[in-house]
Formats: sequence, C-alpha cells, structure tokens
Amino acid sequence: MQNTRIDNQPTHVYKEYRLRIGQPLPFGATVTSHGVNFAIFSRFATSCTLVLYLKNEKDPFVEIPFPEEFRIGHVFTMIVFDLDYERIEYGFRMDGPNKPHMGHRFHPQNVLSDPYAKSIGGREIWGDVTNPEFDYQHRAQIIPEDYDWGNDRPPNIPMEDLVIYEMHVRGFTKNPNSNAKYGGTYAAIREKIPYFVELGINCIELLPIFEFDELEYVRRNPVTKERLMNYWGYSTIGFFAPKSGYAATGVYGMHCDELKTLVKELHRNGIEVILDVVYNHTAEGNEKGPAISFRGIDNKTYYMLDPDGRYLNFSGTGNTMNCNNPVVRNMVVDSLRYWAAEYHIDGFRFDLASILGRDQLGRPLANPPLLEMLAYDPILANCKLIAEAWDAGGMYQVGSFPAYGRWAEWNGKYRDSIRRFLKSDRGLAWEISERVQGSPDLYAGRGATASVNFITAHDGFTLYDLYAYNDKHNLQNGEDNRDGANDNYSWNCGVEGETDDEEINQLRRRLIKNALATLMMSKGVPMLLMGDEMGRTQFGNNNMYCHDNITNWLDWSLLKKNEDIFTFCKYCIQFRHQHPVLRGANHFQHRDMVGSGYPDISFHGTRAWQPDWSSYVLTMAFMLDGAHTVTYGHAPDDMIYMAFNMHWDSHIFQLPQLPANKNWHVFINTSPGVENIIHPPGAEILINPQDHIWVGGRSVVVLVGK
Amino acid sequence: MIDMMSFIRTAALLNNMDINIEKNGNVTIIELNGDLNANSTAKIQDQVLSATPPNSKVLLDMTNVKYMSSAGLRFLLLLSRQLGGQVGNIVLTGLREEVEDVMSITGFLDFFVTAEDRAEALKTLS
Repeated sequence: MQNTRIDNQPTHVYKEYRLRIGQPLPFGATVTSHGVNFAIFSRFATSCTLVLYLKNEKDPFVEIPFPEEFRIGHVFTMIVFDLDYERIEYGFRMDGPNKPHMGHRFHPQNVLSDPYAKSIGGREIWGDVTNPEFDYQHRAQIIPEDYDWGNDRPPNIPMEDLVIYEMHVRGFTKNPNSNAKYGGTYAAIREKIPYFVELGINCIELLPIFEFDELEYVRRNPVTKERLMNYWGYSTIGFFAPKSGYAATGVYGMHCDELKTLVKELHRNGIEVILDVVYNHTAEGNEKGPAISFRGIDNKTYYMLDPDGRYLNFSGTGNTMNCNNPVVRNMVVDSLRYWAAEYHIDGFRFDLASILGRDQLGRPLANPPLLEMLAYDPILANCKLIAEAWDAGGMYQVGSFPAYGRWAEWNGKYRDSIRRFLKSDRGLAWEISERVQGSPDLYAGRGATASVNFITAHDGFTLYDLYAYNDKHNLQNGEDNRDGANDNYSWNCGVEGETDDEEINQLRRRLIKNALATLMMSKGVPMLLMGDEMGRTQFGNNNMYCHDNITNWLDWSLLKKNEDIFTFCKYCIQFRHQHPVLRGANHFQHRDMVGSGYPDISFHGTRAWQPDWSSYVLTMAFMLDGAHTVTYGHAPDDMIYMAFNMHWDSHIFQLPQLPANKNWHVFINTSPGVENIIHPPGAEILINPQDHIWVGGRSVVVLVGK
Repeated sequence: MIDMMSFIRTAALLNNMDINIEKNGNVTIIELNGDLNANSTAKIQDQVLSATPPNSKVLLDMTNVKYMSSAGLRFLLLLSRQLGGQVGNIVLTGLREEVEDVMSITGFLDFFVTAEDRAEALKTLS
C-alpha cells in the first residue's frame, strides 16, 4: 500500500525547493522521511516566510514564503523536501501590524527564532558570540531526536526520600581546581558523580539550562570593570533548547546528546535531575528589549499587556509570559512534556510560579488551568512539581499554592524562621516546632512532602556567609547595593566578613553545623545549596546573578580547608537516609498509633515532656518514636531526640526515658569544646548519664535511642 | 582544558574522506581517513555496510579521523546495530583524544570497545 501514497511527493516548487503543505502539529521543525516539517503559530501575522541558513553563514541561502494555502487556522505549516537538516539553521519573518498600542509588534525585517526550537545556535561557547556580525543571533537548529536510552528508567525516588542539591552547571566545575577535564560543562558534572554519591545526595536541581544569552547585559562591574554576565540564566530564549554553552560538545552541535548522557549516567547512580524552569518571562525584556522570537511572532498572545499594549511586569524583569492564554499554556505543557520524555527529567522547580496562576490581565485565578493541567498531565505523572510560590508582583502563596495533590513548594517560611531561630531570635520556639515537622500549619492536608525545606538557595547568602555577614555586599553588581534581599536574618558573629579571630571562626563553624543538622533532621524535603557542604563564601554578596569568575565558581580547595563541615554534612545526610523516622510523607499525629507507649512525635524543653513555648525561650527539643515507621511500610526505626539550645549560655536538658531495652547514644553534639562530635551513622556513642545532657550555648544535640 | 573551538576550526579544513577495507581472517579492517560528518558518511555508507554483513567482526582504524560530527557518531552506531548490536563486534582503534572524549561525553563510547592499536584490536576480536 505504501507505494500508492502520494504524500511523499511535493506539490509546490519555490526556486529549486520542493514543497508540500505540512502537518500543523507538532509545532516546530520535525524531521520526516523526505524533508523537514515546519509549523509555527501566529494569530495576528498576515504572512510568514521561512528563512534558511547554512550554519556559520551570515546570509540565508533561501527565503521561502509560506503559500496562502499552507496556513491552517493560525498555523503556518510546510514541508521542505531534501534538506540536510544537520547543516542548516532556520528562522521566520513575520509580517503583520506594527501597532504597539494594540499589542502588535510585527517587523518583517527581523528574522525570529522558533519558540519550539529544539536547539539554538549562537552561544555555543560560553561568553563568546560565535558570529558577532550576524543580525540573526539566536538561530533555531534541528537536532536528531534518536538518543539510545538503553534501559534507563527514572529512579522515581519517593519525594520524602529526596535530598536535593541545588547547583549551577558552570559554577560547579569551572574553577580549575575542580580538576574536571572540560570544566563548567554537563560532561564535567558527570565526572563528579562519585562526589554526589559520597555526599549522599540523590537529586540535583540545576539552575536554568534553557538556552539564554549570558551576554545580554552591557553593564560592567564598578569595582573590577569586568563585564557583567547573566550567569544564573533566568532569562529564557527557547523553552525546548538546552544551553549549548554548558556543553563541552556544543561546538559540534552535540549538546543534546551530552545532556542526555549526563541524565542517563546520574540515573544509573540513583540520582534524579530536577530543572529550575523559567516560564514566567523571557529574555525579550520590556519595550526596549530585543526582538528574539515571541514578540515578533505574536506579541499579544505570548505576553501579558495592559490595555495600552504595555508589558505588565510581574516578574521584575520587564515582561510577563501570558501563561494562561490557551496557546501559551499549551506551549508550557509541550515544553515540560518534551523535557520529561526526551531528556528523562525527573522534576521541575518553577521560578516565580505564582505567575502561572494569573489570568491574562495578571489577576490571580482561583483555579488556574495551567497548574491543574500540569498536575494531571499523563506524561508528567511521575515528575516532581515544585513551585517557587511567589512572584515579583506581590503574590505570596507559601502554604496556599494551588496544589491539586501534586505540587510542592519552596518553603520560604522554613528558611526565614529557621534562620532567625538559629541566630537566637526569640519568640520562635513554637514556630520552629512546626517547621521541623514539615510545616503542618502550612500544609495541612498536603503532607510533609509539600514542603521543600531550605535554609539557603542560590538567591541569597550562602550558609557560610549567613554567619559571616550582617548585611549584603552587592556593590560589584553595579546597582549601588540596592539589589538583593534586605531581610537576610544573618549574623556575622561579631566581625563583618573574614577574621583571624579563632573564637569567631569556631562559632561560625558551629552555627553552620547547627543549620545543616536542623535541615537534615526536619521532616519534608531538604535542599542543600551547592558548596554549603564545604563552607562556600560569596564574600557577602547575596545576589550573585551576574558574576562569571572565580568568586562565583565552587572552590574545591574548601573541601580540605573545611573538611570537618563536609564530613558533618555527609554524615547528616547518611543519617537521614538510614532513619525513615525522619522522612515520613505524612504529618505526625501527636499520638501513639502502634502501642509503643510513645506518641509519634513529642516536644520537650529543658525538662522532658514539658515544652516551653514562652516568647523568651531559646530552647526546644523533640523526640521521634521509631516504632511508628511501621505505619508507612518500614521496619521499626530507632528513637531520635534533637535538642536546640540557641541561648548563648549552656543548658542542661533532661532526657525522656527510653523503653527498657534502649539507651541514648550521641550522634551530634556541636557544643563548645566538643563541637567536633559527630559519629558515623550507626556508630553513635553511648552516653552517660542517660537522664540528661549538657548542651552548650548556640548548640544542637542529636541522640539515637537504640 | 582543551580549546574545542580552535580544534573544530582546524577540523573544518579537513573535509575529505576515503576508506581502505581489508580482511584479516574473519575480521574486516576498515581504515577511515578524513572527517566523519554528514557528507562523508553519506559517501562511504554503502561501501562500509556492504562490506560488513550481520554478525561479522569489524576493526575500525580511526587513526586518521580528526573530527567526527553528530552524523558520524550515528553512522558508527548504525554499523554496530547492523552487526547485531552487541558491544564487542566492533573494535575502534587509533582514537584521538578529542574524538574519544566527544564519543564518551555523548554516550556513544558505551556501545564500542576500544583498543590501543591494531594488534590489540585483533586480539580482542578473536
């Protein structure tokens, strides 16, 4: 029958190019057996021209107008026969009204990138413009989508068992002392898999890897005069294309294979990959920004505009994606599906996710269709969905993000209240008791896995700086220190910045360890910031979005310098993995459900069984009953007791009595004089006496009852 | 660290491909000379595939391959599949460091066995 089909034959000829009407779906460029199918949406364009280039050629080799009859609805679609797709790049010219006050910004002189481009050329080498003389800079490319995944299966680690490591692809290994062969790349992350395994994390969360232009700024560092870059990359150019400048093989056009190989290898080692995705805005900025793609293709559809056609700015970057326009909504879903299916990505963290719940005029929706679609999408069914549950337009939804039983949140309240308590702010004992339980006050009905717990993230101080700086030091960002958060809840321990004072340095180390221990003992999903496991500093800068230099690249020599912090962190993570009592998906019920004689969680003060929630109190302790892990499918675990003494004086904590066959063993004690006490999980040391323990000022203790 | 850009610019100058095919017992030895890219692959594909029936053993001498594109890598994988798809039916020898790195980084090296030289390759194939 095949021979009788006639759709493998062209119906039109333009110059020497043979054409046929294409399939309107999928959007983008799709390789078919006899050519390439191009399909692009524009509601308001009057005509469209396909512009084809050879790679590394300034001028197109042909421009093919879509014949009138090749438009189906609002989609221009065409098959071009016999294209050597590996050697070409493509773009579109769109004609239509140029009436900004009506929302239209058509300029047919611009060649525009495809919103569905699977690869984008022009920045193959980080920080280098591949062809500066080209007018069309971010050039859509076509890649083979034939990767051999072998037997790869996403690890599908239960949310409650995750330990997330938030990291920057380039920053992780760009420092020469990483000893990676191709520093700063996807390939170099693969080289470091043994490091992840040793540290014990089982999920990496990558700062944006959708194609962006690190060279989009023209500002310079006012101190060093160095050019500032968009280092973080929260500025998407294409929602389907991985950043080629992060690949050692980007110059060969093999960045997609490189990234897939990284994911496959991580999976083989039981490590998941979450992408930090930015759907709330694009790199096109405000009215003065460049026309790269969307604004020239269909400005009014892709962006939220006010009635006069000006960009609404809920993202703080100049524009806002019109995420609840049905066409844009579909693009977001298509993009996420693509990453899940084609790259085997395990989950997504949505930057400024509250924007995804706004309507086309920016008003918050009660039942946002995009968030609902993602929650019920069949292809994303096993993907983790994590919201940064706020935006720059004033929406703050921590605890109230529309979840549909799926969505987790970056728990900003965990960060803030833990930071304040750990630096000895008063009046927080009760709130801390909620935070270490997975914040049932915020996530009642959603369970502890709705809470991604973190004390630090890329945005803000590092853990080291949290205890070395009272104030942000962002002058080098070139914004007169106005940028970055002012509420850091940090404490410099007496001296701003580096000091030779040994006592202060000891205190800082203790506070870092207190924080790491708190994070890993809390119910919910812990997220560790790259480098915090080895005391990384940003020299007091709490907004390092624009620095591509040694100050922002992970300094691997810290591993040796701060070996004690690394070991402490590693043991804390190991301890968490060994103790399911720390990791239940549901909140505690504060009662005995298994007949052990102990409630699943109990709170204590300096006297056992007598928590003190008074506003002046800086002490608190909790005990977890390991017998309760049988209620969620684990063998009975040990008892775990954690005491916080955030008072500057030491306190004696009376210990709850254990069942007759168990004794208290010390896992962690950060008290002054004994601050190096951390024992390998499983090899904790029996304490004597058993009925109380001395806890030094600003210290924590973790005991195991076994 | 290796400067990929200068490497690829050099490689772009060398864009011809010719091949020698010989037999050594039941092993087909194919020597590739030049860049392996979409163009050159298209030229040699028929010749190579017809010299390598399913389940035969192949030694690919890559000493003179300075650059391999995405299409080149896929051609090698296709060859491997034609031979039955088992790792070990093809042994690659003479891989330059950059070529081997690209194959490793993109995952293609997992499907092949490599050898230092022809003698070692023949030993591996026997």
